[in-house]
Amino acid sequence: MSHKVIVPIGPYHPLQEEPEFFQLYVDGEKVVDIDIIIGYNHRGIEKLAESKHYDQVPYLVERICGICSSSHPYAYVLSVEDLLGGESKVVPERALYIRTVIDELQRIHSHLLWLGLVGHFIGYNTVWMWAWKNREPVLDMFEMVTGNRNNYAMFKVGGVRRDIKDEDIPVLKKTLDEFTPAIDLFLGAIKDDPVIRGRLKGVGRLTRQQAIDWCVVGPTARASGIDIDIRRDEPYGAITRLDWNVIIEKEGDILAKTTARILELYECVRIIRQCLDKMPKGEIDSDVKDIPAGEGIGRVEAPRGECIHFVKSDGTNRPQRLKIRAPSFTNVASNKVGAVGGTISDAALTLAAVDPCYCCTERLAVIDKSTNKKIMNGWDLVRLCQEKTMQIKEGRL
Amino acid sequence: MDIRERIKERLGDKILDWKEPSARRIYFAINKANIFGVARLLFKELGLRFSTASGTDTPAGLEIVYHFMYDPAGEVYSIKTMLEDRKHPEIDSITPVFSGAEWIEREIWEMLGINFKNHPNLKRLLLAEDWPQGDFPLRNEHES
Repeated sequence: MSHKVIVPIGPYHPLQEEPEFFQLYVDGEKVVDIDIIIGYNHRGIEKLAESKHYDQVPYLVERICGICSSSHPYAYVLSVEDLLGGESKVVPERALYIRTVIDELQRIHSHLLWLGLVGHFIGYNTVWMWAWKNREPVLDMFEMVTGNRNNYAMFKVGGVRRDIKDEDIPVLKKTLDEFTPAIDLFLGAIKDDPVIRGRLKGVGRLTRQQAIDWCVVGPTARASGIDIDIRRDEPYGAITRLDWNVIIEKEGDILAKTTARILELYECVRIIRQCLDKMPKGEIDSDVKDIPAGEGIGRVEAPRGECIHFVKSDGTNRPQRLKIRAPSFTNVASNKVGAVGGTISDAALTLAAVDPCYCCTERLAVIDKSTNKKIMNGWDLVRLCQEKTMQIKEGRL
Repeated sequence: MDIRERIKERLGDKILDWKEPSARRIYFAINKANIFGVARLLFKELGLRFSTASGTDTPAGLEIVYHFMYDPAGEVYSIKTMLEDRKHPEIDSITPVFSGAEWIEREIWEMLGINFKNHPNLKRLLLAEDWPQGDFPLRNEHES
């Protein structure tokens, strides 16, 4: 097959975050191959980290992603704390609980963001509005705990930067209570609505073997029956003191990915509630001074899966090397098998189902296999995806 | 037998330097010629998960650390290989063993200039098309 024509459309506008370019090769309705082109948003953060001292790096890596903006600083401080003997050795008990609260709040807001966009792609804009409406109180909780709705600046080596005030705890609990019925609503929609099921079931399936081969992580792996969750496998924060479950689904299709994420929301709420109840009084920072030479690895379960930071220290106040691997790096690559074999009308949905940032789908193009001409752009694909839902609703499909 | 012992037994004297700085962190070095076989053993036979690889420019040469995860125990096995030849650094690709290594090898190739032999699709991943050939941003000699 010829892969000659590569014409990205549209200007690369600074307002569009995370531009990725998927080039689908189609034969009629069927996707036969896919090219994934990334790098438009490469900012050289690993190189930049080598010129910052250990205390500055969390602010830098926090800006890798605005959605999982606590996962990167968390994985980074864990990697440095690995050099110091481990998180539990250097971080005070209260700070462990605060770290877990931030980590789980972030998972809730990220999963809701994803759910809303899946709703939008299949033409259910009500799901979109509801999901994002219910994401607002989560951001309010963030503002209450950290002072920021995004980029929380909470993490530092040896602790956290800001305490949760006692008077805020009842308000946080009340917000969580009010939020839980929204999860019931979403789960009900996934379970009962025949059109949503019709659009998600059996679509974009990643088999267990494919998931292993492409080394996918997070909900993308768990929806294919792979039992991994860094929170359980290599616990961090206060998670071992709490009662919660890892959610595993077997089917590997988008319905399984959606169900897994919605069920995870319940677990997040459970975890946060227990943290707020059990959090002991005390210090929140151990004031770490020197970082020894050596190598440290930090891993957290970001909303999209394992986020890993590898730090090499030569005993100075700057990392000699910081290697970052975000979960989307492996998950997006797996679209190579996830989308191929499906129809074009499911493509936008399949590519979005691994939860990359969504602007990526605006960079889609469809190329006819026989003529190598571009026939559709990203918005055409979203429209096609929405039309299929309409057809199912009206009984035409 | 636990996984640590099985790796030690199967690899034998291919392991050059075994270190366990903490309970869940295992580092060992191997000769670069053995990487393909080691990756196949860890991934295919022992069922470890590949997470990523870190390429670093060190005074001794270009180093690649392959991070494999053993999730049932939450352990990280980091396999180090050193490529002393800075002019023509080359190592076998492990992408033929499993697809999950494709992107990271492309990244290391463009960032550090390490050639991965038998890689099925060795082309730029992150750098722009007009980035100068032969300028590797993560090499120490690169001026930022």
